[in-house]
Amino acid sequence: MENNTLAPDTRLVLSTGPHVSDQESISGIMYGVVIALLPALAASIYFFRFRALWLVAVTVGACVLTELIFQKVRGKPITIYDGSAIVTGLLLAFNLPPTLPWWMAAVGGVVAITLGKQVFGGLGHNPFNPALVGRAFLLAAFPAPMITWTRPIDGIATVTPLVQLQMGRITSTYWDMFIGNIGGCLGETSALAILIGGAYLLYKNYIDWRIPVSYLGTVGIIALILGQNPVFHWLAGGLLLGAFFMATDMVTTPITHRGKWLFGIGAGIILMVIRLWGGYPEGVSYSILLMNGLTPLLNRITRPRPYGEVEIHA
Amino acid sequence: MSRGKTFKGGIYPACHKELSSGKAILTMALPKEVVVPLQQHIGAPCSPLVKKGDIVNKGQKIGDSEAFISAPIHAPVSGVVKAVEARLHPSGCKTQAIVIENDGEERLDSSVAPKGDLEALDAGTIKEIIREAGIVGLGGAAFPTHVKLAPPPDKKIDVLIINGCECEPYLTCDHRLMLEQSEQLVYGTRAIMKALGIDKAFIGIEDNKLDAIAAMEKAVAQYSGIQVVALRTKYPQGAEKQLILAITGKEVPVGGLPMDIGIEVNNVGTAVAVATAIQTGIPLIERIITVSGEGVREPQNLLVRIGTSFNDALEAAGGLNGTPKKVIMGGPLTGLTQFDLSVPIVKGTSGIVVFNTLKTATHPEPCIRCGRCVDVCPQYLVPTNIAQYVDANMLDAAAEWGLLNCCECGCCSYVCPANRFLVQSLKLGKEEVRAERSKQTS
Repeated sequence: MENNTLAPDTRLVLSTGPHVSDQESISGIMYGVVIALLPALAASIYFFRFRALWLVAVTVGACVLTELIFQKVRGKPITIYDGSAIVTGLLLAFNLPPTLPWWMAAVGGVVAITLGKQVFGGLGHNPFNPALVGRAFLLAAFPAPMITWTRPIDGIATVTPLVQLQMGRITSTYWDMFIGNIGGCLGETSALAILIGGAYLLYKNYIDWRIPVSYLGTVGIIALILGQNPVFHWLAGGLLLGAFFMATDMVTTPITHRGKWLFGIGAGIILMVIRLWGGYPEGVSYSILLMNGLTPLLNRITRPRPYGEVEIHA
Repeated sequence: MSRGKTFKGGIYPACHKELSSGKAILTMALPKEVVVPLQQHIGAPCSPLVKKGDIVNKGQKIGDSEAFISAPIHAPVSGVVKAVEARLHPSGCKTQAIVIENDGEERLDSSVAPKGDLEALDAGTIKEIIREAGIVGLGGAAFPTHVKLAPPPDKKIDVLIINGCECEPYLTCDHRLMLEQSEQLVYGTRAIMKALGIDKAFIGIEDNKLDAIAAMEKAVAQYSGIQVVALRTKYPQGAEKQLILAITGKEVPVGGLPMDIGIEVNNVGTAVAVATAIQTGIPLIERIITVSGEGVREPQNLLVRIGTSFNDALEAAGGLNGTPKKVIMGGPLTGLTQFDLSVPIVKGTSGIVVFNTLKTATHPEPCIRCGRCVDVCPQYLVPTNIAQYVDANMLDAAAEWGLLNCCECGCCSYVCPANRFLVQSLKLGKEEVRAERSKQTS
């Protein structure tokens, strides 16, 4: 048949629809999360100076390098440019005390990427948040350095507000806790910086609002019931960092809307049990890791009702 | 900004309708030759009523079938039958088609005559006129209209919805039709209402076509039973189930049809075709299509005869603008890609969209379980899970998670940041489950 419009050598692409897409990509999301972490990074560098920068460089470097070596050894495609290892490195650093020896931080990065991510098959297949796996490992392996806290700027030994709570005397002011002028991990001290990053994530639709709302909401309600100040619990420790950046990790949290609600509620309950009755002063990491473990189950029991599965009224 | 009614989920793709929405419908010059496939509808193919060498008149019936679910075909032009042979169809298969060489005389067949006053026609007669005119759903699915108008006795239809959403990007043919043929559209709506014996109809239009909403509101002003409903501009607002939900708040039961909840949906173009068949007696031998995309020099809304080649329609839109990469029949979300532009325009062709670049990625990455596919799925499914079950050949699990509820709108693939072939896997899975089930029952 004569084909008078097309040049004879033109080859048309055949495929099923859709033939358009919204042009979002995994690396776009990951670098978006990196951008959202920048305010917290800036705050940690302001408060903990060179130590913060050094630890971040070590963990990010360890994570990216570990991913590269792992994938080279296994002959898998190299995916270090997708940004996910950078996010893991940043989040791990944000979960470390500023005085931690650099080689321990590096070990944490190696563990996060190998045991937390690559042994399961890499991005998208890991059941637990890799950065929290790294932190949990360090907490078990090096308990003392992992709970040694220093005051911002001058670096004098101190305790975190949650340790103050355990000891029965809170000396940090809410304003100090809000801007980050307190002892704690690199990224968890400044509530302000985390809220700016969290707002950016919500604005860009990189995280779903349900988990932060249900997680923080549950913590607040339990605090109220027990006669404690919810604002203290929100600002203290790593809750805000966890609620916006780790409990919202796409890979390790439920995909359904109701599953997200249950995840946040469950994590909130576990957190408060650990904070108020547990041996550790802080429980954000474990509350999220435990709920990560429940995620497949939550997905299964919260399968949405498909359109049209309705009662038919004849 | 006031937002129209809508459904849950969906996407907001760039609509690109400005390329052609301001262009009045252009009647295309008659083609030298038309290729009229014997199958242009869902259902049984027609058998040819003419043979090579026959002289045919415009509007003459040239193919028909005894089957209930089928629709006859008619000669779009007067001329000589050059061949009855297998020709490439825009669906990608070769099917039997009647090739007519146009003699340019536009000699009308003696069977073509106005059917008289609508008030004087009874429901049965209207349904017969619609069947004989070969009218099918012009939104793209091409389901024979007379079949939809004849529900089994235990189903009672009480609401008609006329679909003027046109939610696919680029397409503007329904928009122009509502602006330029609003009187005929209302006439056709009234005819379908009369055929169904009902007095209530809605015309649903997305709120990016405010001029069409105004034109239709004016046209229906004197008919209290017909109401124009502004709907939010969101894809797939024009999908039957989502349209029904937005307008009536009801859901079509799984595996059921709109008639199960007393609703009938027809496209605006279908209603105009019904009006034409009654007012002039001319069967469905022409339709309006949009030719658009960056690969077309002058995007147009064209009134074309069925059987006109894609090449001729593209020429009428100023020809190709550069080297095309994809030529799509229909819209870019659900349309069918073409490899040979000599294929004919059929009853279900709503448009031709030409892309000079690929607008989708070709290499999927691992699912990061972001849940965007869950957020946008208008059928409330978990597309990534179902796709993974299908890919692992776990069809029972896929079906349990609602595989067969998938409406194939493609929202999941559109938003997937990992560029996974979600709707593609679901389409495949549906075919496999259906094949499996028909094997078991036979």
